[in-house]
Amino acid sequence: MYSNPQKTDAAAGTAALQIRDVRKRYGSLEALRGVSFDIAPGEFFALLGPNGAGKSTLISIIAGLVGADTGSVAVMGHDTVKDFRAARRKLGVVPQELVFDPFFKVRELLRIQAGYYGCGKESWPWIEEMLERLDLASKTEVSMRALSGGMKRRVLIAQALVHKPPLVILDEPTAGVDVELRRTLWAFMRELHAQGTTVVLTTHYLEEAQELCSRVAILDRGAVQVIEPTPQLLARHPYRFLRLKLAGGAQLPESLRELVTANVEGVMELKLETRRHPIGAVFEALRSAGLAIEDVQTREPDLEDIFIELTGHKAGNGR
Amino acid sequence: MTPDQLGFLTLLKKEVMRFWSVLGQTVTAPVITALLYLLVFAQAMAGRAPVYPGIGYTEFLIPGLVMMTVIQNAFANTSSSLMQSKMMGNIVFLQMAPLGPLQWFAAYILAAIARCALVSVAMVLATLPFVQLPVREPLAALAVFLLAAGSLAALGLIAGIVAEKFDHIAAFTNFLITPLSFLSGVFYSVHALPPLWFKASHLNPFFYMIDGFRYGFFGHGDVPIALSLAWSLGFFLLVSAICMWMLVTGYRLKR
Repeated sequence: MYSNPQKTDAAAGTAALQIRDVRKRYGSLEALRGVSFDIAPGEFFALLGPNGAGKSTLISIIAGLVGADTGSVAVMGHDTVKDFRAARRKLGVVPQELVFDPFFKVRELLRIQAGYYGCGKESWPWIEEMLERLDLASKTEVSMRALSGGMKRRVLIAQALVHKPPLVILDEPTAGVDVELRRTLWAFMRELHAQGTTVVLTTHYLEEAQELCSRVAILDRGAVQVIEPTPQLLARHPYRFLRLKLAGGAQLPESLRELVTANVEGVMELKLETRRHPIGAVFEALRSAGLAIEDVQTREPDLEDIFIELTGHKAGNGR
Repeated sequence: MTPDQLGFLTLLKKEVMRFWSVLGQTVTAPVITALLYLLVFAQAMAGRAPVYPGIGYTEFLIPGLVMMTVIQNAFANTSSSLMQSKMMGNIVFLQMAPLGPLQWFAAYILAAIARCALVSVAMVLATLPFVQLPVREPLAALAVFLLAAGSLAALGLIAGIVAEKFDHIAAFTNFLITPLSFLSGVFYSVHALPPLWFKASHLNPFFYMIDGFRYGFFGHGDVPIALSLAWSLGFFLLVSAICMWMLVTGYRLKR
């Protein structure tokens, strides 16, 4: 059973993750330009951004894989450089790349991973529980090199959780995985979160972030563009979307045509600025033009719309 | 046991398990190679005057061959392990773990020493039916063995850190380790060499490892045992210092 791992830190009021003015340059490329933010204990936090925004560099700095040029990072109050042992014991990272050690079998590998963190046989029941929960029970004695990509991804997740870290960072954990694993993973992470684990997620599937995360940071060109609770971020978007199909394939009146953002087989999507274009006014314009509506739908803005608004890119697309 | 100690022991165990899981490559193959050298050279040099008084050529050859195998295997163990981890990407699990540079260093070096001990014992056992070696100075032999295996393991770590592809490791092996180990008096006494090569041999740290190890068996060497121990210790400290600097600073490991 996964006991609440961070009561002490939360009680002490320490941020689960504190990032202060982190900068990193690769030659002429400024990958991170003074990133600062805190994540409170118990948050389910999304770190979003287009490819090349600096997310992976930031995660690598937090994990100790990359050294920052300036600035500091603390995990549960422990500086990741000066007090790296304590910081790393509080942190679990699921890397984006499908990396594995081909010499070992699944259970063996997880026990080794636990050992690195100073966890002995007392961690074995937890390892067995994770194997069960991540549908790896039938693969415990299978060599890592013989596993499918999806199974390897499950092992990566178990490796990150093996020492019961109070802060877990998932770097695009569902990239290229099937629906079943996604469902299993999110159910498991929700459970861990409910028990007190702080979860940081990067993903290109923004609906996942919107559904799971209580707060979102959007990183672009190495800087934080916005960091807000998810509902507030969604509410501040000044648009809503109206999808409609006119009877007989008729065209919209001139006054509404500039609002059309998509037109697929006669179904038009209009982007309406909440204050300037009330929906009632649109219907009135259609009635005045003598047009009949065949079908109508409204859609509230989602994280994808905010993301495009702020970065000018669709999620998952590079520059 | 503290968490730090357990972390270190786990890395050591993992490194031992790694070479143990491919025992055919890591232990059996080098033993067979060394025995083939023994067979060929012992036959080719049969009937020649003894190198040391009262010691046959085959007897003379065995300690040198064991040490040459130790040198090559200690280097291969750490360099290939680290390089494979880098190429497969699984080195991130170690880098993200709460293990310090000294724990990395000690675990990799001790695992390489364990492999070398296994190879050495297997070689001596395999030659027992033909030659029974005296062991006149066991402590000297043990000290030189540990220093040699430790030095080459540290050099292997350096190579693993510096290398960006397996070709670079092969270059280290082909242009440094193999020539220096073959030109270190494994198959001959350096006193049989022309003056220039005789002097050059004395600049080769592997020569002192082989001569010192051979002294442990016969109580006789080309140079005093104190000199062999001093060179072996000096070389160990030098490569260990370079290796530790790389691990502490994250040279080529941290991007």
